[in-house]
Amino acid sequence: MTSDTAAAGSSADALAGLPPSPAVWCSGLRKRYGRRTAVDDVSFSVARGEVLGLLGPNGAGKTSVIKMLLGLVRPDAGEVMLLGRRSSDPRSRSAVGYLPELFRYQPWLTAAEVLDLHVKLARLDVDASERRECLALVGLAERAGDRVGGFSKGMQQRLGLAVALVARPELVVLDEPTSALDPLGRVDVRDLVLSLKSRGVAVLLNSHLIGEVERVCDRVVILDKGRVAASGTLAELLGQREVRLRLGGLDRRAEDRLRAAGSVTRSGDWLTVALPADDDGVTVPDLVRDLVGLGVRVHAVEPMRISLEERLLAVLRHEEPGS
Amino acid sequence: MTALTVAGLTLREASRRRVVWALLVLTVALLALSAWGFSKLIGLDTELGTMTSGEARLVASVLLNLIMFGMSLIAAIGTAFLAGPTLAGEVESGQALAILARPVRRSQVLLGKWLGLVTFGCGYVVVAGLAQILVVRVTVGYWPPSPAVGLALLAAETVVLLTLALLLSSVISPMASGIVAVGLFGATWIAGVVGAIGGALGNEGVERVGTVSRIVLPTDGLWRGAMNAFQDPGALLQMGTDEGGFPFLSEAPLAPAYLAWAALWIAVIWGLTALSFQRRDI
Repeated sequence: MTSDTAAAGSSADALAGLPPSPAVWCSGLRKRYGRRTAVDDVSFSVARGEVLGLLGPNGAGKTSVIKMLLGLVRPDAGEVMLLGRRSSDPRSRSAVGYLPELFRYQPWLTAAEVLDLHVKLARLDVDASERRECLALVGLAERAGDRVGGFSKGMQQRLGLAVALVARPELVVLDEPTSALDPLGRVDVRDLVLSLKSRGVAVLLNSHLIGEVERVCDRVVILDKGRVAASGTLAELLGQREVRLRLGGLDRRAEDRLRAAGSVTRSGDWLTVALPADDDGVTVPDLVRDLVGLGVRVHAVEPMRISLEERLLAVLRHEEPGS
Repeated sequence: MTALTVAGLTLREASRRRVVWALLVLTVALLALSAWGFSKLIGLDTELGTMTSGEARLVASVLLNLIMFGMSLIAAIGTAFLAGPTLAGEVESGQALAILARPVRRSQVLLGKWLGLVTFGCGYVVVAGLAQILVVRVTVGYWPPSPAVGLALLAAETVVLLTLALLLSSVISPMASGIVAVGLFGATWIAGVVGAIGGALGNEGVERVGTVSRIVLPTDGLWRGAMNAFQDPGALLQMGTDEGGFPFLSEAPLAPAYLAWAALWIAVIWGLTALSFQRRDI
């Protein structure tokens, strides 16, 4: 009896010691619409408190993937777990907030009533002041009593953000959250995502605005033609750095030394050396020292960093393999 | 819980979209016209002389059925056109996305929509129908033999049609679903009249048209049951058997088996709608 209790206690401890299940876990998602394959073998996960960016061209299958995660579209194959529950169980969405790409709310309700409805559907007890705060957070405090039918598109998207945030989510899925917003609104969304991240809320962000993604995301999944073309942390994806050099008096020994540092491409007077991802910061000084030692005249050395946009374009144009 | 929330939302939509007001105006106009018409019945000079109160009651009973048919038509068209957009329209516009991403079962959302529409449709039929019966009572002193049964059957007819409209709207576009549902309603009524004429003429083949259509879509069968509950029991005798097939008199009350079939029909159609909605990609 005592040993049973002790065993139960220790297994509970062991469970408590386990890291929480990921906010999103999906494996082998597949979806065909007629003869067109929209999503093909997509797997990824979003850890608790992590911000994951979903990137890809139009028709890459981003929205289909999001809808499959939320049970809005039935996958032909694959599994989804949300916050530790199978997505076939509606309770998996209890702490999920969602702003759809196509954001429409009941035009005959007021903004406050839309939030009330979603709180009821989420079966939560969110008091009125918290709901008001939520509207204030997206800049709609003044319009709480106005019918949604009279809202502009940007205001409806702001309302959608409030709907996604109102039921104390642990995971927020934002599908193109800034498509109808002005530049100020975009900054608001960026701040909002960063504030969610600081509170440990996981965010899945689908956006065409790469700069936005680069600023707020911890990791990125790039989809192309329904498949994962590349994925990794920003450091992994952008970790590849380059150095541009303008040199004089190059000989074979110097060229061999350059190649030892990384792959070399030449454009006019300039040579570009791609540095290894695990570069610890000594490759460039060592290279310059050795080149000078070999009698090469060093006119210019320019370290470069690849932007997410360049990386995305390279992946989509199949110029380099995804990591 | 989810179902009740959605039912409340559906009723609020009906009231805020001014469907209620439009129906109210239409109904009040119909009631006022009928009150005026009925008040002229008593003492009406015909070629055969002044109409007696007994004859007036017979005419009132036929006219009550005629007006009730108008009322059921308003309810049918109203709910069918409300039922289509409420489900399919929300999916098309994107309103359903945010709702269905909540921790809700689709069948519960559907049940909520259905309950809201049933409350709205039945509420309208009962209130408007009762008002019409009272108008007839005040103007010509006619009170139907079983008004409660009649109103309940009219309400059931509305439920049948809106359930069908919901199923159609999960398969075809919202507007088309309303048109098809009302079209089927009308076709079944005509088939019922044709069948009754066939019965009066003793032509079994023609009579079967009505029977089959009443089984396929129970609106006409329920309507005939309702008419029977509203009409004067002596009306058929007075009209004579030769007048069988008259579209606003019914020969017999509904059999319990037919009521059971109508209930089963509603359950099956509802189940099909739930299945289709469950599998639908939003």
